[in-house]
Amino acid sequence: MNAKHVYPIVGSVGVLAAVLFSGCAEVADLGSQLAQDAGVISASQAESINRSAHAIDKAQEQLTPEQEYYIGRAVAAKVFQTYPPMDQPQVNSYLNLLGQSLAIFSNRPETYGGYHFLLLDSDEINAFAAPGGLILVTRGMVGCCTNEDELAAVLAHEICHVEMKHGLHAIKQGRLTEALMVVAEESARQLGNEELQSLTDDFVDSVGDVVMTLTTKGYSRMQEHDADAAAVQLLRRAGYPEGAMITMLQRMDQRLASARGLGFAKTHPSAKSRADLLKATLTDSRFIPDASRQERFSVAMRSMPTNR
Amino acid sequence: MKSKLFIVLFMASACMVFAASMSVQVRSCKVRETPSQLGRVIGTLEYGTAVQAGVPQQGWYPVTMADGMKGWLHESALSKKTVAMRAGTTDVAVGVSSDEVALAGKGFNEQVEAKLKTDGVFDFTWVDRMMTFHVDPDQIRAFREQGRLPGGDQ
Repeated sequence: MNAKHVYPIVGSVGVLAAVLFSGCAEVADLGSQLAQDAGVISASQAESINRSAHAIDKAQEQLTPEQEYYIGRAVAAKVFQTYPPMDQPQVNSYLNLLGQSLAIFSNRPETYGGYHFLLLDSDEINAFAAPGGLILVTRGMVGCCTNEDELAAVLAHEICHVEMKHGLHAIKQGRLTEALMVVAEESARQLGNEELQSLTDDFVDSVGDVVMTLTTKGYSRMQEHDADAAAVQLLRRAGYPEGAMITMLQRMDQRLASARGLGFAKTHPSAKSRADLLKATLTDSRFIPDASRQERFSVAMRSMPTNR
Repeated sequence: MKSKLFIVLFMASACMVFAASMSVQVRSCKVRETPSQLGRVIGTLEYGTAVQAGVPQQGWYPVTMADGMKGWLHESALSKKTVAMRAGTTDVAVGVSSDEVALAGKGFNEQVEAKLKTDGVFDFTWVDRMMTFHVDPDQIRAFREQGRLPGGDQ
């Protein structure tokens, strides 16, 4: 094969690779046409690639708040297999009052099932945002906060992950395509056993993708910084001092210094780098905890065992 | 007099032009008297309810409900897609588009979750309990007041 023939083929394959990784349907049409012209793929293969790329685009658009809700429920249920829920009515009630008071100020105050918060029985300093608004915070994370404003900063950060649908982005695109597009083309009747099994398998795999990101791989550095920046805006709108975000990150950095490679430290960029990046964007980083908020925070925390 | 009549007619026609049918895409949402999550609640709408929505203002749609009542809904509660019917029920309209079916909950839904429960893959006991952690608007208002939180500007 001479160079004259090789270049269009390499180019076409390159475009196709870009298409498959970007999931952009418009580029797919162009890329598959180029590859087909170069004789790399057949017409039917080109059509199949186009169909898949369009399906990926459509699947992302079609994931509705209700579907997100069911994914989030299963994600939370799977997280509970490793991090058991903590039956502490006083702390859970306080977390929900604080969290829901913040969530109404987010850019996405309404989700299918609403925002709900729960304490997890773990010393690990960590927090998880399941799609749709189920937010789970470990005892270690709550214990890392010394006042309500810092806890508000933690919850605001997790609310912003939900708002930006970061958990859903962790699902491998192919799964959504298969699960949603194939099913959507079926009639609206009750699913048969075979369809239900296939859909359930895709569902479990999708949930696995999200939980893997939440507990092991972590979000991308960019997603974490986006959530931090949005959390500062959210705190500001809700009336909390934005400087609480900085003190919370600094304290977390100190606590995590002895636990590098574990929990939150494993799944988040260093707290210090996050604090440094945020400082430049704050209009006012001064922060004095309010006495009335400090009082109710202390009352709520009294019932929480610190170590096990 | 003529000019006033013209303005009224113009405003009315403008409202008609901009009003669009939208559907509630969350399980339940509160209709507010003012465009604010702290605004007085004047009604509750369930998933799939159709409303006539006007021009949005800073994330809030002025809506008119089927009974003629007017209020405000946050954009995150609404979808431009029409919810035909909930999938899996016998009264699903024939010939709805795949978009409509998708919004009606086909795909990852309670049927899939029920299978996971039956197969013992996940235990949803605590998830269900979490869903009962409800905070009403009055509690939020009191919590903010007690905590001396300024603003509340959304």
